[in-house]
Amino acid sequence: MNLFPSSVRITKVNKETPLVTSLVFEYPERAAPGQFVMVWVPGVDEKPMSVAFDDGKSITVSVAAVGTLSKALSEKKVGDVIGVRGPFGQKFTWKKGDRIAMLAGGYGVAPLYFAAHEAVKDGCTVDFFHGARTHEYLPFADRVEVLMNTTYYPATDDGSRGFKGTSVACWVEKMGDDYAEAQKYDLVMTCGPERMMKAVSDVAFELGIKALVSVERYMKCGFGICGNCVVDDSGITTCKKGTVMDNEEVRKIAEFGVYHRDSLGKKVNW
Amino acid sequence: MTDLSVKFCGVQFDNPLVNASGILGITGASLANVGRNGAGGVTTKSLWLSEHVGHKSPVIIANDYYMLNAVGLPDGGLEKAQSEINHFIELRREFLKDFKAGSNDAVGKNAQARKRKYLPLIANIVAGKVEDFENIAREIACLEPDIIEVNISCPNVESELGKPFACVAADAATVTRHVKKVVGNIPVTVKLSPNVEDIVSIARAVVDAGADALTLINTAGPGMAINIETRMPILTNRVGGLSGAALKPLAIKIIHDVHRALPNIPIIGTGGVLSGQDALEMMIAGATLVGIGTGIALRGVEIFDLALREMADWCEENGVEKVSDVIGTVK
Ligand SMILES: Cc1cc2nc3c(=O)[nH]c(=O)nc-3n(C[C@H](O)[C@H](O)[C@H](O)COP(=O)(O)OP(=O)(O)OC[C@H]3O[C@@H](n4cnc5c(N)ncnc54)[C@H](O)[C@@H]3O)c2cc1C
Ligand SMILES: Cc1cc2nc3c(=O)[nH]c(=O)nc-3n(C[C@H](O)[C@H](O)[C@H](O)COP(=O)(O)O)c2cc1C
Repeated sequence: MNLFPSSVRITKVNKETPLVTSLVFEYPERAAPGQFVMVWVPGVDEKPMSVAFDDGKSITVSVAAVGTLSKALSEKKVGDVIGVRGPFGQKFTWKKGDRIAMLAGGYGVAPLYFAAHEAVKDGCTVDFFHGARTHEYLPFADRVEVLMNTTYYPATDDGSRGFKGTSVACWVEKMGDDYAEAQKYDLVMTCGPERMMKAVSDVAFELGIKALVSVERYMKCGFGICGNCVVDDSGITTCKKGTVMDNEEVRKIAEFGVYHRDSLGKKVNW
Repeated sequence: MTDLSVKFCGVQFDNPLVNASGILGITGASLANVGRNGAGGVTTKSLWLSEHVGHKSPVIIANDYYMLNAVGLPDGGLEKAQSEINHFIELRREFLKDFKAGSNDAVGKNAQARKRKYLPLIANIVAGKVEDFENIAREIACLEPDIIEVNISCPNVESELGKPFACVAADAATVTRHVKKVVGNIPVTVKLSPNVEDIVSIARAVVDAGADALTLINTAGPGMAINIETRMPILTNRVGGLSGAALKPLAIKIIHDVHRALPNIPIIGTGGVLSGQDALEMMIAGATLVGIGTGIALRGVEIFDLALREMADWCEENGVEKVSDVIGTVK
């Protein structure tokens, strides 16, 4: 067991959108879609980041600059050293040939792009629904669009690209009146803002489609001992038993879509 | 079938294993989950009277030999404690009902087979001033935990709070007296630090001040680990308390010494317990209950179930019918 951060040197920096920056670094351990690493900026802070890609040698993380750590990380340059622990958490899984609907929002697009990239190699087909405020905030769009056996459905609040409305509304519309085409999906995967994932969880449950949902909570250790990322009422740690969970488990999490906890363990409504 | 139950300060525990404070103890649901995984009792994270902000991450690093932590005792304060403890008590009611009905949702093969009578709650409290220890103790006592554990020994908040109370016999005794005064007949265990010259004299001072039991030990140090490429201490707090495998021999020795000096005072032993054998070693040294913290990082929350199996197997192989018979039997 090594739960010390390894020092890694950044080999590539990509500005994806005005908000999102991708960092690439060589890393000795391999990660699967849905897993996360703990990223440390010495002297600043350490936070969980989803693995946006693993090419067998290097790992990519895609960071939305929203606060202290994420801004510090977004300013990193090629050659800078950061610390990384992990990977941690459960993986997105699929069966060969599955017909998958993916619903992404925010930085959730990165791990789902990685999942789609791997799933199509297993003969899966993917309908990729991607929501954002405007066309400017659709990172990875170009990469998702060119994946084989993948259809990309952008959705924007202002209608500046693709469907006008949410990704979930776009998906529901795609399934047609009375969800006539729902049976075309074997599996749903979602990663993004919790209220969006809650809507996905509800629709998938109603239609009886198996779904995998990424439940993210405030994390400190990443390996299931500090207990900051637990959920009510099951009390399980999402860093270890999640973040990717079967919708059946997610349905038992009474707080899902309602609240989460801050770094002091106090409830905060979404 | 080995009888794994023990009695601690008059409270019946189905088995001697509890989670150490600060591990999986932030919410009521988390504590109930520790119980479902087999623990005989559960311990809250240290509870403060008011909100207390912890340190910036990284706060926990570990390898196979030891862990360093500087979580910094973050907590939401009294209102949160009240709501989480009440939630725990509600969930415990369901949990015990399920066990009686035989359709319990205990996880793990062994936990499933194990009958549960009760799941005692140990509320761990902390404060920076003597008056605040008294105030938080009074408030927490109203919630009727089975035991109150007084944390006077956290080494990673020294920069903020100064030397822990557990490092000076007179201070440790003062805190104990103030807590005992306001908690009625709820048993009080005081958690001591290994970072002292003469642990027995401190143990004696808190027992003379009214402590019903002792928790031995909190983390050692603090220690430091430096990342050599960046030459930065890895913990943002620079230093952190040492726990895990490396702590066990210190814990065993302290429990042994204190138990010899104060044989009638029950002990919760914590420090580097990773298996049923480790827990037995601690009991033989003198512990009645055994706390597991860092071990959860190595074996998951399932460690309770696994260690209980290991304890039961050992007892069977060694002709021990009641695990409580091994307490303090070191030769
Ligand atoms: C499993 C997981 C995967 C994540 N993956 C990514 C990713 O790929 N890209 C990305 O940009 N961000 C990701 N995050 C969020 C990231 O960990 C940080 O929360 C975010 O970067 C904000 O941190 P900050 O220090 O910049 O901002 P802060 O100023 O600390 O906080 C901004 C807001 O973020 C939330 N937050 C802060 N810390 C955490 C934390 N440790 N865990 C969860 N929420 C927190 C708080 O609710 C706060 O309101 C992920 C979080 C989790 C739990
Ligand atoms: C991450 C972590 C957090 C802890 N938090 C607390 C705490 O809040 N209160 C407390 O009394 N002890 C705390 N401790 C100390 C443990 O309860 C225990 O005494 C110590 O870790 C030794 O046991 P172990 O080796 O099994 O972890 C903490 C320890 C760790 C590793």
